[in-house]
Amino acid sequence: MQTNPNNTTTFSGQDLHLSYGGPMIVEGLTVTIPTQEITAIIGPNGCGKSTLLKALARILIPAQGKVEVNDINIHSQPTKEIARQLGLLPQNPRSPDAITVSDLIRRGRYPHQSIFRQWSSDDETSVDMALSLTGLTNFSERPIDELSGGQRQRVWIAMLLAQETPIMLLDEPTTHLDIAHQIEVLDLLKELAKRNNRTIVMVLHDLNLAVRYADNLVAMRDGKIKTAGKPNNVVTAQMIHEVFSIEAQILQDPVTGSPLCIPMMKST
Amino acid sequence: MHYLAITTPTLQRSLTVLAGIALTIFLIRLADHIQPRHHTFRWQNISSRIQLRVVWLSLGATIAIIVLSGIGLIVGDYPIPATKAIATALWERNGEYDFIINSLRFPRIVVAILAGMCFASSGLIFQSLINNPLVSPDIIGINSGAAVLAVAILAIGGNTEHLPWAAFLGALLTAGLIYLLSWRKGISPTRLVLVGIGINSVLGAIITYITIKYPIERVVAAARWQAGTLFGARWDDARTLAIGLLILLPAAFFLTNRLKILQLGDETAITVGSKIERDRLALLSVASLLAALAVSVVGPLGFVALIVPQAARLLVGSITGGVLIFTALLGGFFLLGADLIAQRLFAPVMLPAGVITATFGGPYFLYLLARYNRAN
Repeated sequence: MQTNPNNTTTFSGQDLHLSYGGPMIVEGLTVTIPTQEITAIIGPNGCGKSTLLKALARILIPAQGKVEVNDINIHSQPTKEIARQLGLLPQNPRSPDAITVSDLIRRGRYPHQSIFRQWSSDDETSVDMALSLTGLTNFSERPIDELSGGQRQRVWIAMLLAQETPIMLLDEPTTHLDIAHQIEVLDLLKELAKRNNRTIVMVLHDLNLAVRYADNLVAMRDGKIKTAGKPNNVVTAQMIHEVFSIEAQILQDPVTGSPLCIPMMKST
Repeated sequence: MHYLAITTPTLQRSLTVLAGIALTIFLIRLADHIQPRHHTFRWQNISSRIQLRVVWLSLGATIAIIVLSGIGLIVGDYPIPATKAIATALWERNGEYDFIINSLRFPRIVVAILAGMCFASSGLIFQSLINNPLVSPDIIGINSGAAVLAVAILAIGGNTEHLPWAAFLGALLTAGLIYLLSWRKGISPTRLVLVGIGINSVLGAIITYITIKYPIERVVAAARWQAGTLFGARWDDARTLAIGLLILLPAAFFLTNRLKILQLGDETAITVGSKIERDRLALLSVASLLAALAVSVVGPLGFVALIVPQAARLLVGSITGGVLIFTALLGGFFLLGADLIAQRLFAPVMLPAGVITATFGGPYFLYLLARYNRAN
């Protein structure tokens, strides 16, 4: 896509205290997201990884601390301004009844539009590019309800692409997808990070896929970051034990050479 | 030629019913025949994506309204030659039919069209915002809110001059109450509907109480008002509706872009740059005002706000600015047709238009309910 040939947008969360009104789920967490790379947040259920992503995406306002894009607090900037920097694919996005693929993707252009500027040539180019990058060009006039789960996920990613943000956040983009579609979606994200210099942050459940596709891992437990860094450096049997409380053997992935985590069974 | 008067009740009845059916088929055929294409309009910094199909269909709906209005001028208890009726309405002042045409029939036609536009556009905004085709201002209690104050005025024998204001106020107070009661760290559309349905039944109970407590002759007037009738519509009413629509419809038109974003759910809406609570409040306000305006003039006419947006969506798809205008026009066509049929079907006995809209609306609502349940 035409934007960010040199994406230098910095992105960080500082001293984040997060809760949904009840007990603190995340307390005093600081994280800096490397630019133009894929960062995967992993951890057991309830460790606060989705909560952290929500705060980074400004859906959840921190009780304390701040999220900064280019060193400016995201809650002190105009909302459309931030929407041109930072986009999110939520875990269960909701599509209106009977909407077509292109209609949904066009809505991703909202932060670039105004009351008179409703369909500029930039909007058109971005939507066309998003369609072709996700392989949906031939589906553009189809109703979303008629698509498969994998195709539907690609439509949402296309909408996020059309938003043209240097930073893309995805909350478990592979849930509800079979293994083939999981690989397809992750390959697409990898390519976007590499070719279009996007900074991507995603929450992933599958540890081995996270290791394979992410440039950086952030491993969380009990609302804190246990460890963060390159998968090759941080994935050890001890780290797996600390984060997930399971015993595991670490092998070498025969395809990529990255670490491969094989959990042990209790009975062995 | 001058004496092309359609005098017998049977002929008038057939003409109105057949015209209604024929024009409806005309609109459906038009929708079938026009392919969905769009035109991109760009000039300097101004740009827009225009759905040509919606433009053509809006034109079709306008034509249907004009034809139906013509028929409305011609038919009635007092026979007037067709050419004379139209001439009197448009250019011939002070003719012998002036009173019947320009004081009775013409204002009533215009009020029906404008009120239908208000109801339909209000219903479309509610349905799209709440993402549920079974929602409309009458179901969440806005019409009942208007009815409580209006019925109270009629029952205690108050000044009927204040009736429209009372109805308008009742509708808005109810809308505000629903909004406040649904607020819990923000508005959830589902909670809004549930609160609305609850309030609707409470208001219904209050209305029943009033109608039981007060003398029967006053209560009859209240019942008549509640059915929704265009009887006695005046130019003043048309002007009220026209001024309201001139302000509210453009506002709604420009808010549809924000509505389309709110439809994506709160999380997505926030991250593409929507101020969700502000936009939702703006849309709910405009939709409530549209409903309140119509109810204050013609009473709580049911089902127009529910059915017409549904029909429009089947014809042209999900909401855009253009779809909003088309839906409004379709609402005008529907209420005008319903009112003409209500007047002619059992002439000289005249039914309130609300009876006709409910007669068509009830079964259609059940059909939607069945279809919607199956789809989920």
